[in-house]
Amino acid sequence: MKYVDEFRNSDVAAALLREIAKLSSSLNKAVNIMEVCGSHTMAIARHGIREALPPNINLISGPGCPVCVTESGYIDAAIELGGQGVVPATFGDMLNVPGSKSSLAKFRAEGGRVEICYSPDSAVELAEKAPNTEIVFLAVGFETTVGPAVSVIDSAISKSLGNLSILTAFKQIMPALEALSSDPEIRIDAFLCPAHVSAIIGADAYKPFAEKRRIPCVIAGFEPVDILYGIIGILKQIQAGTATVENQYSRVVKPEGNVRARNFINTYLETADAWWRGIGVIPQSGLSVREEFAGYDAAARFNVRIQRGEPDKRCQCGNVLKGKIRPDQCGMFAKVCTPENPVGPCMVSSEGTCSAYFKYGRVIG
Amino acid sequence: MCLAVPMKIIEINEDRTGIAESGGVSRKVNLKLLDECAVGDYVIIHAGFAIEKLDEEQAAKSVALFDELVREMSGIQRQSR
Amino acid sequence: MDEKIQLAHGGGGKLSARLIKDEILSRFGNGPLRNLPDAAELPPVAGNIIYSTDSFVVSPYFFPGGNIGELAVYGTVNDVCVAGGRPQWLSLALIIEEGFPLENLRRILDSTAEAAKRCGVTIVTGDTKVVQKGNCDGIYMNTSGIGVKVAGLELGRQRIKPGDAVIVSGTIGEHGFAVLAARNGIRTGEGLVSDCGPLNGLLEQAVPFGNKVKFMRDPTRGGVAAVLNEIVEGMEFGIELKQNAVPVSEGVRSVSEMLGIDPLNVACEGRMILICDQSAADGILSGFKSLPEGKGVCVIGAVGGIAGTVTMKTITGVSRLIDLPSGELLPRIC
Repeated sequence: MKYVDEFRNSDVAAALLREIAKLSSSLNKAVNIMEVCGSHTMAIARHGIREALPPNINLISGPGCPVCVTESGYIDAAIELGGQGVVPATFGDMLNVPGSKSSLAKFRAEGGRVEICYSPDSAVELAEKAPNTEIVFLAVGFETTVGPAVSVIDSAISKSLGNLSILTAFKQIMPALEALSSDPEIRIDAFLCPAHVSAIIGADAYKPFAEKRRIPCVIAGFEPVDILYGIIGILKQIQAGTATVENQYSRVVKPEGNVRARNFINTYLETADAWWRGIGVIPQSGLSVREEFAGYDAAARFNVRIQRGEPDKRCQCGNVLKGKIRPDQCGMFAKVCTPENPVGPCMVSSEGTCSAYFKYGRVIG
Repeated sequence: MCLAVPMKIIEINEDRTGIAESGGVSRKVNLKLLDECAVGDYVIIHAGFAIEKLDEEQAAKSVALFDELVREMSGIQRQSR
Repeated sequence: MDEKIQLAHGGGGKLSARLIKDEILSRFGNGPLRNLPDAAELPPVAGNIIYSTDSFVVSPYFFPGGNIGELAVYGTVNDVCVAGGRPQWLSLALIIEEGFPLENLRRILDSTAEAAKRCGVTIVTGDTKVVQKGNCDGIYMNTSGIGVKVAGLELGRQRIKPGDAVIVSGTIGEHGFAVLAARNGIRTGEGLVSDCGPLNGLLEQAVPFGNKVKFMRDPTRGGVAAVLNEIVEGMEFGIELKQNAVPVSEGVRSVSEMLGIDPLNVACEGRMILICDQSAADGILSGFKSLPEGKGVCVIGAVGGIAGTVTMKTITGVSRLIDLPSGELLPRIC
């Protein structure tokens, strides 16, 4: 595949690993690198990157999976709406996420209607085809997905659809980086920044943060070669004592990002505080529908309050999400909590840290 | 997050939708998040939307960079024998 | 022509009889079905009977590269083949939803007839039912098949030894992804079509290698990952796949990347996984390549590694686990 194959070459991977070995041995100290993107989490697990790195380089998975950090009350609200005859249209990722009592998959098995969408445009099509059915699009995601999701409102307006709304659980990445880097229990030496979120917010968005916190930020793509090259960039900065933003995904990420997309988002949404499952409130880290579009905001339209939800007391997802423990350090991992019977969100989402670890990371020989 | 794939635009409609292709398969895509694009452009598609254009010149530079690194590393290997 | 199937078509009365005559007998009436007995009487066979059954509920029932009608034949034929049997006779049961377009039924049954001819199997008995609207997804089919065990083949997991070659007969995931593409608005054109097809030809290519062939299976639901895991489950050996050895077509790669679904977890309907003694690998590869349905054959790994696990070497040289896929194949954005 064009623009993908070149970044999967194993000779290049081997050369990059040798360079990493060199750099890390000359640094001669533990280095904690956090990635905050589920796609990075998955790619690292799938390609055995963690195991291939020298032991003093710690790759920590942060809260990079928007599904994982969505409060269980959101699922409860979606199921409740479903029970009232409003049809939830959702990305496949949300289907098996446990709410406080049930999940959308279970709701569907009990006869409820749930529509799985590859694209938010499918929800628009559903609404067009069935004007007497209320459709609610489950709008969960980081900045990459916010644009496509909020387009549902844009389309509802331009197509005069009166039966379409979105239930939002949007998150913004920068406030999360701030919160994580100020948490005294975690020491983060550098961030491996998410490629496609960066395409929207722009490489420059990380500058004030990198300078203030003296933490190097490297934006890298999701291919294994991209990730290894990203780690090299980080190690070189640590060696040189610099803390700048390095954009290694310049084939897609511009310094200013996608201004049009951000303006589009800004038309319909405004920043708000948000509750991150396992972490708590991160101020100004969410996006909610502006009041003038309340008719398209399912929470307002149907008067639904999203409760935070009581997590299972044994659940360590919070600590996993913050990078404080590895999945296998959770007592329930692979014993009580498995992809078939997930206790918490980190195991449910295919990109959740625990799920990725379970699928690929349980070490072989 | 952000499963996205590079695809080539093969058709553009008035309403800012289009068709994009990769590996012989194609899909309707939404182009409203991009400023302007032309048939033949490579774009990154996430959830059926083009979220950015792929800069082919930059892509070629990245590939060349990796190739050079490999050559450098092999060069260093030879020297140390 | 706008005719639809009605409940009466399954009722056993005049409408039923007409449907059977016009659509079933016309296509399958040469043989034991001719006089519509309640059951088929078949001659004795020379060897053990291999018997398999499968139900087909695929949606959409017309998918890129095929339809449920031929799938219903190939599915059971292939199960018999990989169990080491030469398939001969099939039963065919239809459950049709009230309101199903007759035109579609005809197209499907044409495919069934053609597939049966291609495999050299005869449909000898069957049944047709019609259910109320909403009680099935258009059409469901079930076939069960009888074959005769091939002499000289002793297949079974207990025969597998470390060092045995693991072979797949062609590119993977094509059927499953063709269906997923159809469900998710992805146009496949010639870039991706279902691989649904018979394995009889490949079976005959493997037969001359006799007891050097240890095990065969067709990777349908759950894909290659599921089959390989089933093979090693509870056994003293594992399977190690070579990096990048599993063949995947461009079209499958694209859809896989778009939907975020791993080809290893996706069904094939015209492929075989075969495990054989290392010394027979080259010969089997040659034999398979001589047939169009085997042109993509390759060795994807070997029996070895940690007992009970399936692993693959990654681009970094580290081995990772290839686990059983869990549950539904869902397109994801994360």
